[in-house]
Amino acid sequence: MYPEYLQLSLEKVAEKREANTALQPERMTAEEKDVLLKGFHPDYRTDQYTELRAGANKGDKVNTELAETLMGRARIHAGDVNLDHIDYDVDVLIIGAGGAGCAAAIEADNAGANVLMATKLRLGDANTMMAEGGIQGATKPTDSPAQHFLDAYGGGHYLGKKELVYKLVTEAPECFQWLNDMGVEFDKEEDGTLIAIHGGGTSRKRMHAAKDYTGAEIMRTLRDETRCRRIPCLNYAACIELLRDESGNIGGAVLINTNTKELKVVRAKTTIITTGGSGRLHIQGFPTSNHHGATADGLVLAYRVGAPLLFADTMQYHPTGAAYPEQILGALVTEKVRGLGAKLVNADGDVFMHPLETRDVAAAAVIRECSERGKGIDIPGGGQAVWLDTPMIEKIHGEGTIVSKIPGMFKMFNKYGIDMRKEPILIYPTLHYQNGGIEINEKCEVANTKNLFASGEVVGGIHGRNRLMGNSLLDVIVFGRESGRQAAARAKEVDHVGRLNLDHVAEFEQELSDAWVDTGVVSPKLFPNYKANFRTYLDTSFSSDKADEQ
Amino acid sequence: MPEKNEPNLITINLYGKRYRVPDNMTMLKALEYCGYAPTRGIGCRHGFCGACAMVYRIKGERQLHYCLGCETRVQDMMYISTISYFPLEKQAYKLDELEPNADMIMHLYPEIYSCVSCNTCTATCTQGLDVMGYIHDAQKGDFKACAEKSFDCIMCNCCASRCPAGISHPEVAMLARRLNGKYIAPEAKHLTERVAEVKKGDILEDVRTLMAKSDDEIRELYNNREIEK
Repeated sequence: MYPEYLQLSLEKVAEKREANTALQPERMTAEEKDVLLKGFHPDYRTDQYTELRAGANKGDKVNTELAETLMGRARIHAGDVNLDHIDYDVDVLIIGAGGAGCAAAIEADNAGANVLMATKLRLGDANTMMAEGGIQGATKPTDSPAQHFLDAYGGGHYLGKKELVYKLVTEAPECFQWLNDMGVEFDKEEDGTLIAIHGGGTSRKRMHAAKDYTGAEIMRTLRDETRCRRIPCLNYAACIELLRDESGNIGGAVLINTNTKELKVVRAKTTIITTGGSGRLHIQGFPTSNHHGATADGLVLAYRVGAPLLFADTMQYHPTGAAYPEQILGALVTEKVRGLGAKLVNADGDVFMHPLETRDVAAAAVIRECSERGKGIDIPGGGQAVWLDTPMIEKIHGEGTIVSKIPGMFKMFNKYGIDMRKEPILIYPTLHYQNGGIEINEKCEVANTKNLFASGEVVGGIHGRNRLMGNSLLDVIVFGRESGRQAAARAKEVDHVGRLNLDHVAEFEQELSDAWVDTGVVSPKLFPNYKANFRTYLDTSFSSDKADEQ
Repeated sequence: MPEKNEPNLITINLYGKRYRVPDNMTMLKALEYCGYAPTRGIGCRHGFCGACAMVYRIKGERQLHYCLGCETRVQDMMYISTISYFPLEKQAYKLDELEPNADMIMHLYPEIYSCVSCNTCTATCTQGLDVMGYIHDAQKGDFKACAEKSFDCIMCNCCASRCPAGISHPEVAMLARRLNGKYIAPEAKHLTERVAEVKKGDILEDVRTLMAKSDDEIRELYNNREIEK
C-alpha cells in the first residue's frame, strides 16, 4: 500500500507502461559509462575514503568504515589465553561455514583430512543463503567458457586476475554437475534443459536459477551434505585471531563462544578463511542486503597477520535494494526481476536506462536520476528512490510469471500490501558485495603467508572492480572447493605445527602506535551494533511506568 | 511530499518484560530498539534463513502465532518469545546409495507415519506451505511432490516445534528435494556434454587464446560483443 502522495507518479508509470514495455532502450557506450561512474558511483567519492597507515596495504585508501576496522585494536593479546592448551587439534580449520566454507569442507573431507568448521552464527548462516537470482556457467551450446571470460573480465573493467577468471569460467560446468549430483534443484525444462536468462552484463543467457532461492537452495544442500558426512562444525564460535607458529606459519586460531565468551584454541596444519563480506559495516551509510554477520572479520584476521588486500576500495552497490516499506529497507530485489523484463522508471514514468547494464553502472544511473536529474521519488522516512516497473513482467511473459519465477520477491512485498504484479516497487542502491578482498593465487593460497588459504566473498581479484550477477555464487563453489582440496593437500605435507603465538598482534599494534593511529574500534567486529543507533536517536521513549505483567 | 515519519509508540512484552516501541518496526528491530544485541536467533534479516523464528500472542486473543521476527511488524500488546534453536532429528545418509522410494524413507524417518493429520504444522508454517501435504507425499514416496510443495522452506523449524508426532518436517523435505534434484528431475544433457568438452580440453584453448591478448584487444572484443536476444 503506497501513501497517497505517490498516486500521481504511480498513474504516470501505469499510463506509460504499454509503451515502456515495448521500448528497447539503448545501451550506454563505454565513454558514457565512464562519465556516469566517475560522477555518481560511491567508489569515486574520495571524501569517504581514509588512508591505511599500517599493514600490507599501507598508503592505500579504502572506505573509512573499513579503514577503521582494519586498523582496529585486537580483542585478545598475548597472555589473555594459554596457547599451549590446545582445545582442538585438526588438519584443516575452516573459519566461516557459508557456501565457500561448506564447499571447502566437503572437498577437504573427500581428501581424507580431519576438518573442523567454526562459525559465529550457525552452519549455513551466510550471504550465500541470500543470493536470489542465479549462478553463471557456460553450459549451453550457444555459450562458451571463452564468452563467459569476456563478460566477467570486461565487466570487472579488465582488472580481474586473469588466472582466477580462467579458473572461474572453466570450472563452472563441472561445478554445476557437482551441485546437481548433490541434489541441487536447478530450474529445468521438461526435457532437462537448464533454464537460463540474462543477467546484467551477460552476452549470453547464462544465469541459472532455482526460482529466486538459488543461493538458499545451494546453501541448504551443501549444509545438508556436511551434516550427512558428520563434518564437525562449531556454531556460535567466532574466530577473533589467527595464530602463527614459531616459524611464522599460520597454525590455527582462537575462537570465542559468543554465548559464554569462553576462548578456545585450535591448532591446525592449514587454515581456510571463508568469512564472507562486509555489508554490515554500512559503508557510506548505505543500507545493506547482507547477512547480520557480514562485518569484514576475515579481512581483519588476514590483514593483521600481514596478508595484502586487493581492490579493497571497491564495493558493489546493488542497483535494486528495496526502498519501501521501511521494514525491508536495503533488502535485495533480485536482478532476475530485471532479467525477466522489468525496467527502471523515474518519477515521471520514463525509462532512463537499459535494464541490464552492469551493476555499478545501473547503481550510478539510479543515483544520478535521484540527484542531479531530480527525477527521484521521495520516500517516507527520507531519501529517494525510483520505480522498478514489475507489472511489465506479466505483460511480457503472461499472468502467473511473478509467482512462479520470483515467489520470494512476491512474498516479501505482498506481506506489506504491495502487489508487485499490479504495482511497481520502489528501489534504491543497497550495499551488496565486497568486490575486493584478500589476495590469493589460483590455489587459494593467501599472499605473504604460509598455510593460510581463503575463498568466497572474502577474497579479491576474481571480479576486478565489479562483479557480475551470478559470478559470486559460482566463485563460492569453484574457489571454495579448490581451497578445501589445496588445504587438505598441504596439510599432508605439514608434519609439525610449532608452538603457537600471538606475536603478530603486538607487531601490528606497534605499527599502529608508531603511526599515531587509534581508531577506537575493536576488531574483528563480529556483529553490527544497532542497539547503539537506537539509543542515540530514540533514548527517551524507553521507560515504562507499568509493571511487567505476564 | 511524504508526511513526517513520527513513529507511533505501542506496547510489547518481550520475554516477560514490557517495552514501548515504534509501531513501524519489525519484531527483530524492536528487540534491538529495546537494547538487546542478539548473537543468536538472528541471521539474514531478510526472510531467507529461518534463524529468527518467533512466537507471540496478542493479549486477550486465544491464538498462538509463529513468524519470522525479521519480517513481521510489531503490534500493540504483542507478547513475544524467540525460538533461536529447536532440536530436530537429522539422519546422516549417503545420497548416492539411496533409492528414492517409500521403503527408504520408512527406514530413515519412520516417525512420519505417526502423523495424526492435525495439520498444526501447516497452520504454523511461516512460509505458508502445505507442510502436512508434503509429509503425506513423503509417506507415499512421492518425493517430487514433496520437493515442490516444500521448495520455499527456510528451515525455521516452527512446524516441528508443534508436531505431536515429533516429526522433523524440514529434514524430511530437505531429503526429498535432494532426491528430486539428483534422481527424479530429468538430466541436463547439454551440461553433461559441456563437462565432457571441458575435460577433453579443446574448448579451454579458446579461453587461453583470449587471455593472451592485450587488454586493449580484449576491450575491443568486449565493447563489440554480440548480445544474445
